[in-house]
Amino acid sequence: MVRRGRAAAMAALCVLAVAGRLDAQENADCLTCHGEKTLSGKRGTKTVSLFVDGKKFGGSIHGSVPCVGCHADLQGKELPHDTPLATVECGTCHDKEEKEHLGSLHGKAIARGDRLAPHCKDCHGVHDIIKARDPRSPVAPQRIPWVCGKCHQEGSPVQRQREIHQDHILENYSESIHGEALMKKGLVVTATCVSCHTAHRILPHTDPRSSISRKNIASTCTTCHAQIETVHRKVIRGELWEREASMLPACVDCHQPHKVRKVFYDQGMADADCMRCHGNPDIKASRDGRSLVVAQGEIRDSRHTKVACSQCHAEVNASHTRPCETITKKVECSSCHAEMGQQYQKSMHGLLLAKNEQNAPSCIECHGTHGIMGKRDPRSATFPTHVPDLCARCHREGNKAAVRYTGRQHDIIGRYEESIHGKGLLKSGLTVTAMCTDCHTAHSVQPISSPESSVNPKNVPATCGRCHHGIEEQFNVSIHATETGKTGKRLPVCNDCHSAHTIRRADTEGFKLTIMAQCGQCHTEIAETYFETYHGKVSQLGYTKTAKCYDCHGAHDILKVSDPRSHLSRANVVATCQKCHAGATRRFAGYLTHATHHDPEKYPLLFYTFWGMTGLLVGTFVLGGLHTVLWIPRALQMRRARTKRLKDAARGETEETSEETKG
Amino acid sequence: METLGVREGDRKEYLRFSRLNRTLHVVMIVTFMSLALTGMTLKFSYTAWAGTLSHLLGGYESAGYIHRLAAVLMVGIFILHINDLVRRKKKESLSWKALVTGPDTMMPTKRDLTDLIGSLRWFLGRGERPRYGRWTYWEKFDYFAVFWGIFVIGSTGFMLWFAEFLTILIPGWVINVATIIHSDEALLAVGFIFTVHFFNTHLRPEKFPMDIVIFTGRMTVEELRVDKPSEYEALVKNGTLEDHLVAPYPPIVIRTIRAFAWFALGLGFCIVVWIIYAMMFVYM
Repeated sequence: MVRRGRAAAMAALCVLAVAGRLDAQENADCLTCHGEKTLSGKRGTKTVSLFVDGKKFGGSIHGSVPCVGCHADLQGKELPHDTPLATVECGTCHDKEEKEHLGSLHGKAIARGDRLAPHCKDCHGVHDIIKARDPRSPVAPQRIPWVCGKCHQEGSPVQRQREIHQDHILENYSESIHGEALMKKGLVVTATCVSCHTAHRILPHTDPRSSISRKNIASTCTTCHAQIETVHRKVIRGELWEREASMLPACVDCHQPHKVRKVFYDQGMADADCMRCHGNPDIKASRDGRSLVVAQGEIRDSRHTKVACSQCHAEVNASHTRPCETITKKVECSSCHAEMGQQYQKSMHGLLLAKNEQNAPSCIECHGTHGIMGKRDPRSATFPTHVPDLCARCHREGNKAAVRYTGRQHDIIGRYEESIHGKGLLKSGLTVTAMCTDCHTAHSVQPISSPESSVNPKNVPATCGRCHHGIEEQFNVSIHATETGKTGKRLPVCNDCHSAHTIRRADTEGFKLTIMAQCGQCHTEIAETYFETYHGKVSQLGYTKTAKCYDCHGAHDILKVSDPRSHLSRANVVATCQKCHAGATRRFAGYLTHATHHDPEKYPLLFYTFWGMTGLLVGTFVLGGLHTVLWIPRALQMRRARTKRLKDAARGETEETSEETKG
Repeated sequence: METLGVREGDRKEYLRFSRLNRTLHVVMIVTFMSLALTGMTLKFSYTAWAGTLSHLLGGYESAGYIHRLAAVLMVGIFILHINDLVRRKKKESLSWKALVTGPDTMMPTKRDLTDLIGSLRWFLGRGERPRYGRWTYWEKFDYFAVFWGIFVIGSTGFMLWFAEFLTILIPGWVINVATIIHSDEALLAVGFIFTVHFFNTHLRPEKFPMDIVIFTGRMTVEELRVDKPSEYEALVKNGTLEDHLVAPYPPIVIRTIRAFAWFALGLGFCIVVWIIYAMMFVYM
């Protein structure tokens, strides 16, 4: 729209410039004004340049066409002319192209009023249009992918907002054999976008008239690959026959559009050729005598049942008697599983392998070789319920990975098995329960210190939040979510309270009773004073029924008391008390739950009450104690006198001893 | 001994405490011990002991029920005692004045002050043992300490019990203050009873290991003569000693009483040891 307007305004001003010279509308007349680089005009609220480069125009394919030839509405008008001008109709001359364009996807989109639909000038330019054969032309073969890519690259509005069935078109093309030839080898006769899609008659592949429709694709491809039908002899695996026997394959069934790669052709080796030797149960490696037999049943049950031997065991040469003798490298899983391969390389396992650590696991240690099964297959070693055992091969206490570990987590497997996750997985058979790879990831296993690690404190809430999403949402707005507090100390994340491998249900007594010590690790003073109140004392006795930290402060949604959303804010505190104390009132909530009698500044009343009581106590004991201590010698004397008296009485002497009460 | 009566009543013993008073004291011991044990588990909850004891008592909630039941019983004892005083006053048609100033009064008198000074002189070897009357000054002190304790511990305990209701009127921090007073006054009561009171009545050498007069209500006339010479003389003088003599309990009753007393004494000691241990913990 903007561009159309600009052209119109330009033309309009051309007309103004040559006003009064109606009879002679030479291009030079237009350029009198439009040759000025500073010439500008208003379009809506925007100021736009109305400069037309006379030299470029002269060199363009339209150099000999008068301005009014295209800007037809200026024919015979006075100059300088009125604005705005009508849209230039290219179809006046290029009627065939216009017709094709109107019938194409692009043309129909324009007719619908789609603002993103391209007009002639969006591909071809305006005054500087040059021949497509000229390498400077935007529609020259080597520039075509960029012209189309303007709209059809990933992330563009067209790709995002319109229904386009292919993704990564430009990237895939650039990696395809065609794209590589064009962009890396400068081969301009190679297929570009327009070679298959045509320039103007672009139609969806579902349209039978389309150059890329199933019916026409072969003829489109054979425009270049003229003899392909006579030389194309490869039947890869007969997969398509199995799927739809009645249908002849179109080129794109094997050679996917935009992704036309050479790798598809490598599979000339038939599996049967391999099995001729490897099916023999006696086959052994000449170097170390290990058996090289391949159990065919194993492969048939595996995920790779439709993958040819030579696709993994690359570098085979079918022209050799032993095609495998040309193999120099081990199987590289990442040639297909590229993403996993990259992750693995960065992981602890991959780094150790790169250091030639003999215990480092590669793909096959976990996934196996020919019998590889997906993680959803219950027979697979990577099926959730088997994963702890799989990791335990190295990580169980005393095993090869555990002995080199120097961190704080011990008996990982044993503790996991006793944890809520372990019990859920292994006892309840709940396959969605978190196991090793849910937290540590399968391929990006990195130590906790690595910022990219899924178990790095920074990433722990997100990792746990993959399942406990609701909790993560609460946690992310809590006071602990900022990673570091005012003191610069790292704030707790999930595992600081819940532990890593020993995770218990939060409603078990054991967990409830340890939480105060957990909070107390940082909140030392507040935990101490808590234990001076009734709540703390009962908790300390080992009962869970009284208020513990999280009962009042919340568990994951802890906020400052001053925050109105806090459980302890003025608006919420009474309701929080009422959770246990049904009759609680505003005054009741004034009970000092973290009161201490050791702080005369903060709690003077408690402080003086305590010391008053202590004074009374000490005073009474000192006086009472003194009285008692002084008494003892006299009391001993009296006991001796009594003993003597009893002895005398026993001897029958009832003689009175008046001295007995004397000191 | 000069009077024949005494010789005749050789087998008989002097009745110092009425049946009601003896019963009340036994109930007092039981409730006091219950209150002390259940309360101390909370006060010294940081000792491993407290946890064990609390579980033995059936958990903190059950301990709480025991505590409150014992408290109600103790207040009941107090009311019964006051009731008894009023009843006896009527029966003996004594005036308030006689009750307060008479020779056998529980109220502190001038005589108590002279007895205290006399006692201190005696302790220091500066005089004879005072000729104590029916109630000595330390016995009176113990008696009124109970009044004070029931008032202070009872009222604060009541506040803690009905905190939710009372805080409609009073501010929440009063509960904190009440907690401190309740707990420290209880510590004073328990500490005092299990040390000073135990010594004054049972453990001082001439009574060692214990004096069971509070359970039997009976003491020998000889003991009365030595311990409370003033009372004894007054009784002999007006010839009413005979009226107060009763037959002693059979040995089986005495043995039962002794067993109970030993238990109470032992328990009291354990609590004292526990308190000292717990206090050392705090201030270490």
